[in-house]
Amino acid sequence: MSFSSLYIKEGRAIRKAKGALLIVESIPGVEFNEIVDVQLGNGEIKRGQAIDIGEEAIVIQVFGGVSEVDLIDSKVRFKGETLKLPVSIDMLGRFFNGMGEPIDGGPPIIPDNYMEVNGEPMNPAARQPPAEFIETGISVIDGLNALVRGQKLPIFSGAGLPHNRIAAQIIRQATVKGEAGKFALVFAAIGISYDEASFFMKNLEGTGALERTVAFINTASDPVIERISTPRMALTAADYMAWEQDMHVLVILTDMTNYCEALRELSSMREEIPSRRGYPGYMYTDLATIYERAGRLMGKEGSITIMPILTMPDDDITHPIPDLTGYITEGQIVLSRNLERKGIYLPIDVFLSLSRMMKEGIGPGKTRDDHNNVFMQSYAAYSEGCYLREISTIIGAESLSERDKVYLTFADEFERKFVSQGEFEKRKVEDTLDIAWSLFSMLPERDLRLISEEFVRKYLPKGESGSP
Amino acid sequence: MGKIWRVSGPLVIADEMKGSQVYEIVEIGKAGLVGEITGLDGDKAIIQAHEDTLGLKVGDKVEGTGRILSVELGPGIVGSIYDGLQKSLLTLVEESGSFIKRGVKALALDRNKKWHFTPTVKAGDILGVGSIIGTVPETSIIEHRIMVPPGFKGTIREIHEGDYTVDETVAWLEYEGKVSELTLKQEWPVRKPRPYEQRLAPSGLLATGMRVMDYMFPLALGGKAAIPGGFGTGKTVALQQLAKWAQTHLNIYVGCGERGNEMSDVLYSFRKLKDPNTGELLQDKEIFIANTSNMPVVAREASIFVGITVAEYFRDMGYDVLLIADSTSRWAEAMREMGGRLEEMPGEEGFPSYLGSRLSSFYERAGMVECLGRPERKGSVTVIGAVSPPGADFSEPVTQNTLRIVDALYSLDVSLANKRHFPTINWLTSYSLYTDAVGDWWNGVYPEWANTRTAALKILQQEAELEEIVRLVGPEALPEGDKLLLLVARMLREDFLQQSAYHEIDAYCAPLKAGLMITTIMKFYELAREMLNSGIRVEEIRSSPMVYKISRMKDISNELFEQKAKELWQEMEQELAADKGGVL
Ligand SMILES: Nc1ncnc2c1ncn2[C@@H]1O[C@H](COP(=O)(O)OP(=O)(O)OP(=O)(O)O)[C@@H](O)[C@H]1O
Ligand SMILES: [Mg+2]
Repeated sequence: MSFSSLYIKEGRAIRKAKGALLIVESIPGVEFNEIVDVQLGNGEIKRGQAIDIGEEAIVIQVFGGVSEVDLIDSKVRFKGETLKLPVSIDMLGRFFNGMGEPIDGGPPIIPDNYMEVNGEPMNPAARQPPAEFIETGISVIDGLNALVRGQKLPIFSGAGLPHNRIAAQIIRQATVKGEAGKFALVFAAIGISYDEASFFMKNLEGTGALERTVAFINTASDPVIERISTPRMALTAADYMAWEQDMHVLVILTDMTNYCEALRELSSMREEIPSRRGYPGYMYTDLATIYERAGRLMGKEGSITIMPILTMPDDDITHPIPDLTGYITEGQIVLSRNLERKGIYLPIDVFLSLSRMMKEGIGPGKTRDDHNNVFMQSYAAYSEGCYLREISTIIGAESLSERDKVYLTFADEFERKFVSQGEFEKRKVEDTLDIAWSLFSMLPERDLRLISEEFVRKYLPKGESGSP
Repeated sequence: MGKIWRVSGPLVIADEMKGSQVYEIVEIGKAGLVGEITGLDGDKAIIQAHEDTLGLKVGDKVEGTGRILSVELGPGIVGSIYDGLQKSLLTLVEESGSFIKRGVKALALDRNKKWHFTPTVKAGDILGVGSIIGTVPETSIIEHRIMVPPGFKGTIREIHEGDYTVDETVAWLEYEGKVSELTLKQEWPVRKPRPYEQRLAPSGLLATGMRVMDYMFPLALGGKAAIPGGFGTGKTVALQQLAKWAQTHLNIYVGCGERGNEMSDVLYSFRKLKDPNTGELLQDKEIFIANTSNMPVVAREASIFVGITVAEYFRDMGYDVLLIADSTSRWAEAMREMGGRLEEMPGEEGFPSYLGSRLSSFYERAGMVECLGRPERKGSVTVIGAVSPPGADFSEPVTQNTLRIVDALYSLDVSLANKRHFPTINWLTSYSLYTDAVGDWWNGVYPEWANTRTAALKILQQEAELEEIVRLVGPEALPEGDKLLLLVARMLREDFLQQSAYHEIDAYCAPLKAGLMITTIMKFYELAREMLNSGIRVEEIRSSPMVYKISRMKDISNELFEQKAKELWQEMEQELAADKGGVL
């Protein structure tokens, strides 16, 4: 603990309270971003942080649920430290709130270290490009949107779509070829319902993952302001597990839309000039300081892979929340209401989804030599089929040429056999590629222009090919 | 020396700062965090801190340095990786490990390394600003030309060949009795354009190896271009392609507020990839400036100016330099963030009202110039900036302000990205005003360029018009001539415009190959039209083996292509002879 905490600084003269913000008379020696205890009129103590310090006044952001009335007769006490998370390997298997305090009734963590929750920026020159394929056992992901260690890949969902089931399936099934490795899961629930949060925990029971999980839970009924700290607590725990304990860490943050709403609320309390739709102009940078904590480092064993989940307001991908996220993350898995209505699980929109790190993770020695070609050909054929499907809704399928009809069927079969998959079905990546090949055999061989002739000879099922 | 009066995020206000100047660099607090004065108000200085201000206190000292934000220019710069303030990131790794700690200093140029200097002038020579006094072999590709820095001129008194550090004197220059010492290094303030003799019009193609750029929307040396597009439309991949294959002497890649993994990917691959021109390692012609999205936002604002200043310096040596900025939107957002803290009157969408003028103060530093000093030489800076419009909506302020400045636009299209048509440069909405400026260049390489380009663009335009009809009546209801046009347009799109950055051979397409490819498709169209006239149906033409062969042109190497194209044309004339009457 730092020296200055021996000299606790106290102040009373509270001039103004506004939402979760408190403006107090300046006190010498207060540090920017320092942590504060706020003693409310009724004696209760809340935590806060000095977010603006000046000779004339100090602005304090108070965590926890407070009303302006509570703040009126309150006292503040400066602690001489910035926001830190006590970390230790014993955090595995434990539950914490959005401020990093245990909520599972277990003993307090005996810290190995106190870590700054904002972390420090990784030096880009110290990063190691992610390249290890994570097999999720899900065809649409492994085949077309492969995930690699150190990537940040969000799920863009909509209200009522099965993002939680998909995330749980990924957690259950994800493996890296030929490696046991030390693995940890960091789970942050941000403003989701209690039921949703416990759904995840139930899913992990019996898989052995629960003992390797650190969970930070801020449910819908917990203080909104703590949604700002929840993902940072989670990433700080991940930092510790990855860079100090050499673990491969998967971080699930759900639902980041609630985080962004909290950010907007706080910004409007601070009377900042809003940018698009009331969200603060710094939301891009703010989200980036969270997501950029994913990665691999040279000379370090561990890794941090982040999979945030967010619901797109009105299913609108151009809404600032998914939009800014897409500009930061290395791709996105987008769920489709259309496929969901057709009864397809996993309802993943093939065209809108993308994994930007895929090319590093696939190919000979990693998945299979034909992977890249299969990936490109699948897109080309499926997108042609979907285009014709769209036209045929107007002019009728019968007015299409024979060739075009083949593509129409291809699109349907692709959704039925490749995109569709059981919730508990785990497909090897080779099986995923073989499914694609069996679908390609419907098409005229000459149309397989995105696949090298060598692979066509090697992998195309013989004898059942369509027209020559 | 002043003291802190207020701290709010990266904004620091210091009191008792009389005598400071705007843009002066200051050191803040015990840790000596670096900041830049952006405004003065009586005794108070408004400071933007370049590092995280966590832990600063009211009353902490603030010291002026008397310097304004400048870059160090000299040997050792090529191949380096800097942050937005030209700190060497590799030095930072050595000093403070994998994470960037606050207050750690890292000089841009190595002070201990010796460079071999060979004079190109001798004692007694009279030199003006910008004159080259000698050279240093900096990398396998770049010869660093040491110039008389702005502000100096006179007669060389002494100059010696030898091995020097960047601080040691290599020459003595006398003017009106005053002797100045010249070293291998000079400094220049980043916000001020470097001087030149005369501005020239952009000319000559900046060949990129990307067909849709080189052929359809060419960029001229000394030109300025923007590449806007929604997330995932391929801005970064396109810019990385340029950094790899552009036929320039030197490239400067500014990663401004973007991803760390992307930067490390570039750094890694450029250590292994070879420059197609020289056969040497690509990193020998690159300078990287990486201020990723999680690094301090004020340094992000500086990074673009640092980049363009370094570009001008190499231009002054007589080189063709390409400056790549990914993304100028993050740069504009940094300005917005800082403006917001200062409670400035905002313009559109919260951006500062000077957004437009700041953007042009950057882009206007592009250009082809006649350099100062002897020997006479020309140099150029070409600028291309990515723009990341929110919601892929081009009507937003950064895109709109940029469009007023640039002369070439590569507009990236989300719907093409969804179809995985890469590069997603939309052929209907992109443009280049440099077609005349590159005419001579193309005439020397492939004189049919102008004709084939116009013809191909026309077919694509017609396709777009027909597409609307197809959506109403279906493709089969069209007349045969239109069906053929659609087939050819599709070949142009898929077999010419589409070009994967990850294809072993096709990633880089030599301009001559591009010309021959498009000619092949146009020849096909001609022959097919004759077939139509003699009664053969498009359905049959479509299944000709020639269509398949044309689609495989991308797999043929640049070196073999001319030969193979001739063979293909011959074969085509036999296969698609109209008088063969449908024996396909
Ligand atoms: N020329 C290309 N060839 C093949 N694939 C490409 C090409 N351009 C883009 N892609 C694909 O599109 C993905 C996204 O491209 P990129 O990262 O360049 O997008 P961006 O426009 O920079 O997005 P953002 O604004 O979010 O940074 C790439 O990861 C790659 O899969
Ligand atoms: Mg990009």
